[in-house]
Amino acid sequence: MLSNKYLNSLLGATMLLTAGVGSVYAQATVKVGLIVPMTGPQASTGKQIEAAVKLYMQQKGNTVAGKKIELIVKDDGAVPDNTRRVAQELIVNDKVSFIAGFGVTPAALAAAPLATQAKVPLVVMAAGTSMITESSPFVVRTSFTLPQSSVIIADWAIKNNIKKVVTMVSDYAPGIDALNSFKERFTGAGGAVVADLKVPLASPDFAPFLQRARDASPDAIFIFVPSGQGGTFMKQFTERGLDKAGIKVIGPGDVTDDDLLPNMGDAVLGTVTAHMYSANHNSAANKAFIAAFKKANNGLRPNFMAVGGYDGMHLIYEALNKTKGSTDGEALVNAMRGTAWESPRGPISIDPRTRDIIQNIYIRKVEKVGGELYNVEFATFANVKDPGKEGKK
Amino acid sequence: MSGAAMQDLTAQVAYHLARRARWRGLEYVFWAAALASVFFLPAKHLILNEIAILALFALSLDLLIGYAGIISLGHAAYFGFGAYAAGLIAKHGLIGEPVLALLVTGLVVALLGFITSFLVLRGSDLTRIMITLGFSLILREVANRFAGLTGGADGLQGVTMAPLLGQFTFDIGGHVAYMYSLTVLFVMFLVARRIVYSPFGLSLRAVQGNALRAAAIGIGVNWRLVAIYTIAAAYAGIAGALLTQSTQFCSLDVFSFERSADLFVVLVLGGVGYLYGGLVGAVLFKITQDWLAGLTPQYWQFWVGLTLVIIVLVGTERLSGWLRAIRRLAFKGQG
Repeated sequence: MLSNKYLNSLLGATMLLTAGVGSVYAQATVKVGLIVPMTGPQASTGKQIEAAVKLYMQQKGNTVAGKKIELIVKDDGAVPDNTRRVAQELIVNDKVSFIAGFGVTPAALAAAPLATQAKVPLVVMAAGTSMITESSPFVVRTSFTLPQSSVIIADWAIKNNIKKVVTMVSDYAPGIDALNSFKERFTGAGGAVVADLKVPLASPDFAPFLQRARDASPDAIFIFVPSGQGGTFMKQFTERGLDKAGIKVIGPGDVTDDDLLPNMGDAVLGTVTAHMYSANHNSAANKAFIAAFKKANNGLRPNFMAVGGYDGMHLIYEALNKTKGSTDGEALVNAMRGTAWESPRGPISIDPRTRDIIQNIYIRKVEKVGGELYNVEFATFANVKDPGKEGKK
Repeated sequence: MSGAAMQDLTAQVAYHLARRARWRGLEYVFWAAALASVFFLPAKHLILNEIAILALFALSLDLLIGYAGIISLGHAAYFGFGAYAAGLIAKHGLIGEPVLALLVTGLVVALLGFITSFLVLRGSDLTRIMITLGFSLILREVANRFAGLTGGADGLQGVTMAPLLGQFTFDIGGHVAYMYSLTVLFVMFLVARRIVYSPFGLSLRAVQGNALRAAAIGIGVNWRLVAIYTIAAAYAGIAGALLTQSTQFCSLDVFSFERSADLFVVLVLGGVGYLYGGLVGAVLFKITQDWLAGLTPQYWQFWVGLTLVIIVLVGTERLSGWLRAIRRLAFKGQG
């Protein structure tokens, strides 16, 4: 009888203890919802970001400020309707403290109103249209904006005797953003845009556009296509002999994306782009990042999407550190403002005013390094803010 | 035929129609389950809302294929048109109240359906597939071109919905949205049920069976097809409008070919020509998809494909066929 009584009290104590541990555990977990395209044409973006985010968590451990970080990965196929529902489910059912990822601009824009409504920080790790950070006070970006690199490449083109340009961009917000910021800067400095061509976003065929570009015989083509379509463009560019006609390719770095660059062939040699990251960037931080990323992903070369994801996760960790683990949305966003750190791409920070990224933009030329194609950086423009929002209050 | 015999025949037809229109036990079970989901699955209301909308959309295609034999591979045209119409109405504050806006959208899309029905009625099945597909692609491109109005590839931004009936605000948990969509689905289902069990519905079945013979016995084929096509378009448009209203967002994806093609899969899963096919198919399709996408975000499409192939291989024409098979097994057990 005695032993039975003893057993009972032990059982009760255990139950109390487990219940206590359970509730502590629930409070000590911070969930991060990662919404990226894992299927469809933008799938490479999602894979790069997911790999980088997981790498960061593996390197830095999954505990921040006493909280356990739990990552929930969801595929939206880059379809904004899906993004919206997935984000809503993550916020309502999984009670995530952050939503992050967003492979394309429409996806980020679809989720932004939810971030405002639920007061959940939204970390953009890929999409690059300037206005995304203006769509909600809870949006913070660790990728880049298209005006950042488009304006810089315009300056470079003018200095390097490129006077006549045909622009070719994908017909959606980032493309229009790239086009407008390039055109404004380029024509303002005395250059001429002889034709601006807009290519449909879905399943593009560049051939007819390239023909029209060739007929205009410009010094260079300014090209923006989303990461993943660059290979097709460069292939058709050489097939139609535009390289032999002496036409240069310039643009933001999406077209010579590191993920696809090794397979683009020698036709891309000499392409000059402006961008915030090259796998060839010469810094200790980058070398360590590349080595770890390749080791964890079967030799895959990280691209600028991976860096956006890696830095995005760093920003989430830093914000939680600063709030001492508090998951209040406004506190987290305020903690993110002004955060500065050394990224694999170089020194970066979050603009306290616009919540957008401030970073170096590099001018790079495609060259062979050790038998592989790389974007080799040869000029640096330091601490570039998003020109799309400068001058706005 | 004498007057008395004619009267006798009419009475017979009315009798048979009334018998067929009787509510069956399983139907009660189905709708009771739907009602139960409102109360017992609050965490699932977002996906259930999408299921209800897909079910309504599938119901629309079932009216076309299952009852009139018109095959359409571009039904997303009307879905998308309804979605954008509802979005624009809300964005520019033309009609504040969502239910009224939904009705107006339905009428507008019905008009579009009426006008385009004449194109679709020309030619055989293959031509129809081409025309409907082409039409949806054209609408998609138009929406893409008029970016000033539609937002182009970035989607329609800034849609905010007024409270439903001036009372219920659309919440982030999707509870109001689901109840709204489910109610609309139920009402539209009742109307569809009334239509297919009416003499008009019966004559449609005759046309579906053999249009030439139907014409020979005095059934006006063309106007019937125009009528059902218009009705089906309105159904699809209302489904699209529901999507925009409940998510307060709308993108070019509403016109996508995948949406039309998925709809076919839904109908194949559930079976055509008994109204519940689209409904059951939508539930199966979405739940499978959601479950697999949660398990493996990267390779779920492969598993969805495999599941569909298996279901179609082992399944029969429709789910009731499965039920019959089960019943047969059960009787075997007894005997």
